Amino acid sequence: MDALLQFLFSGLTVGAVYALVALGFTIIYNASDVVNFAQGEFVMLGGMITVFAFEAGLPLPLAAVVAILITSAIGVALNKLAIEPARGAPVVSLIIITIGASIVIRGATQLVFDKQLHRFPSFSGDDPIHVLGATILPQSLWVIGGALAVFVGLWIFFTLTLTGKAVLATANNRVAAQLVGINTGWVMTLSFGLSAAIGAFAGVLVTPITLVGYDVGVALALKGFAAAMLGGMGNPKGALVGGLLLGCFEALTAGYLSSQYKEAVAFIVILGVLFVMPQGLFGSKSTERV
Amino acid sequence: MSKTTTALATFAALGVLAGAAQAEIRLGVSVSATGPAAFLGDPEAKTIEMLVEQLNEEGGINGEEIALTLYDDGGDPNKARTFATRLVEDDEVVAIIGGSTTGTTMSILSVAEDEGIPFISLAGAISIIDPVREYVFKTPHTDRMACEKIFTDMQAQGITKIGMISGTDGFGASMQAQCKEVAGEHGIEILADETYGPQDADMTPQLTRIRNTGGVQAVLNPGFGQGPAIVTRNVAQLGFEIPLYQSHGVASDAFIELAGAEAAEGLRLPGTALLIADKLAEDDAQYEVVTTYTEAYKARYDQEVSTFGGYAHDAFALIVDAITRAGDSEDPQAIRDALEATDGLVGTTGTYSFSPEDHLGLDLSAFRMLEIKDGDWLPVE
Repeated sequence: MDALLQFLFSGLTVGAVYALVALGFTIIYNASDVVNFAQGEFVMLGGMITVFAFEAGLPLPLAAVVAILITSAIGVALNKLAIEPARGAPVVSLIIITIGASIVIRGATQLVFDKQLHRFPSFSGDDPIHVLGATILPQSLWVIGGALAVFVGLWIFFTLTLTGKAVLATANNRVAAQLVGINTGWVMTLSFGLSAAIGAFAGVLVTPITLVGYDVGVALALKGFAAAMLGGMGNPKGALVGGLLLGCFEALTAGYLSSQYKEAVAFIVILGVLFVMPQGLFGSKSTERV
Repeated sequence: MSKTTTALATFAALGVLAGAAQAEIRLGVSVSATGPAAFLGDPEAKTIEMLVEQLNEEGGINGEEIALTLYDDGGDPNKARTFATRLVEDDEVVAIIGGSTTGTTMSILSVAEDEGIPFISLAGAISIIDPVREYVFKTPHTDRMACEKIFTDMQAQGITKIGMISGTDGFGASMQAQCKEVAGEHGIEILADETYGPQDADMTPQLTRIRNTGGVQAVLNPGFGQGPAIVTRNVAQLGFEIPLYQSHGVASDAFIELAGAEAAEGLRLPGTALLIADKLAEDDAQYEVVTTYTEAYKARYDQEVSTFGGYAHDAFALIVDAITRAGDSEDPQAIRDALEATDGLVGTTGTYSFSPEDHLGLDLSAFRMLEIKDGDWLPVE
């Protein structure tokens, strides 16, 4: 019993990391149908910039804010310099641009910072919390809480605010959105800035657990993408549930079956879900194509 | 037509003149200064560049300066092969140092063997020098030696039943296999055998399995990069009361920082003298070479030395020593023969004595068992 609880704690911790990355995918996908594969790099930047600002003497919360601001500026720059000039290109081309951007960001990070791994102290210390014979680190609670907070924030943003609805409208039909007076260029800029900020926030939360180095983004982006596909691309609820489920699949496989098959089982489950429900667990059914 | 001929002749003459004017020793290096193995190749490249400069300032070998050609293969075995070929054919080097990883080493190795150029590898796998290849040598200990060192220490502690948790990266997987092979010889029984991916963020499920396996007296974690640091933190989180052993793959000060001094307290691993440079006794055989290298590297790059830079240091020292004794900086065969006759060369990793049957030339004494105590390394022998 305590073993099961330990596996679930592990699964929720890792799953919340995946969920945060998947939530970052949601916004840009909603605005442009583009899956931004530089999302993992935003997470990496959040961690890296915080590490170096913290080591330069800034207090941790301030270092985190600086990292989030710089990363969202980089997100906006990515939109302005790479995505906007390619306006009108097919979605696949835009996705390839984001992959290119992720390589550029990785290379630049190597040059600006270094190639070593880093971490900064956990927010509330490293003393594990004991629950029914299992243990969880306080930082895990921060990550899980962070994922929930971002989820609630995005849910409110997309369903209750005019701006959020403008984002959805832009994704649905750019021309129609322009006709009703939505500044679609601004919506895209906002989306990139916001999703970069969410990525960086995730990086700040997870670095004390996962450590950060210039190349951690790739694996995060892939797992976050898998989580988003599982939950349903573009849906915050899907991103959250997909991330947590993926983490739990992995942990339970490692715990009960074998750590050798951990990744394989997780992806087999995802494939299974996508065969039965191609749109993911919470994705809207696609009916627009005739 | 005649103009072209004249131009060509001039170029050829210039080339000959340039060659003759600087009698120099052409040394080739291909390491992974960037890419996924950059933390290996970066200090290696820096070390060799620094040592070549130092040597040339001091007048070179027998009055001849070293001309260094350094390529960055980015950890890609295909690139490493291309660079090795280019080193031999275009740059006409007399010896090659490199191959930060086992993969790139294997690429360079076949070129060196075909062309008859002495090659010193900086990678760990035992398959590089076992079976012995005529032109191939290497400086790092093998992972099998690391296993033997750890098991010897376990035996001394009365530990006979262990659980293993290994990274699935090349280093972790290779060492996992080697440890399983030699465990029996040391009376060690592996009761649990878990793995984790190199980028995994949490290993508590695997460690819980190990903890729930009856009779496990210690945990051994072969791996490098972020994995071992996370394993160390998870072991502390789960409150293990049995000792944790790490491999030489994490033998650097950065590891203590990443894992946290508190979580790493009491952890043991086999490391080199380089790691405890400031704690070596002055009469230690390696004291001088380790201190000189550590101080020079720190002064030049404002960074701490790593075990990996130490491997490159030793490879360079071996080449310089061999060329000096060969007395002929043009003949790769003479250099190879001198290299194989290396006897008692003290490096940062250990004392090298090559023979026709042994192209590694280190024994277990080159490894020192270290324990982390109050956030610092403590020799425990």
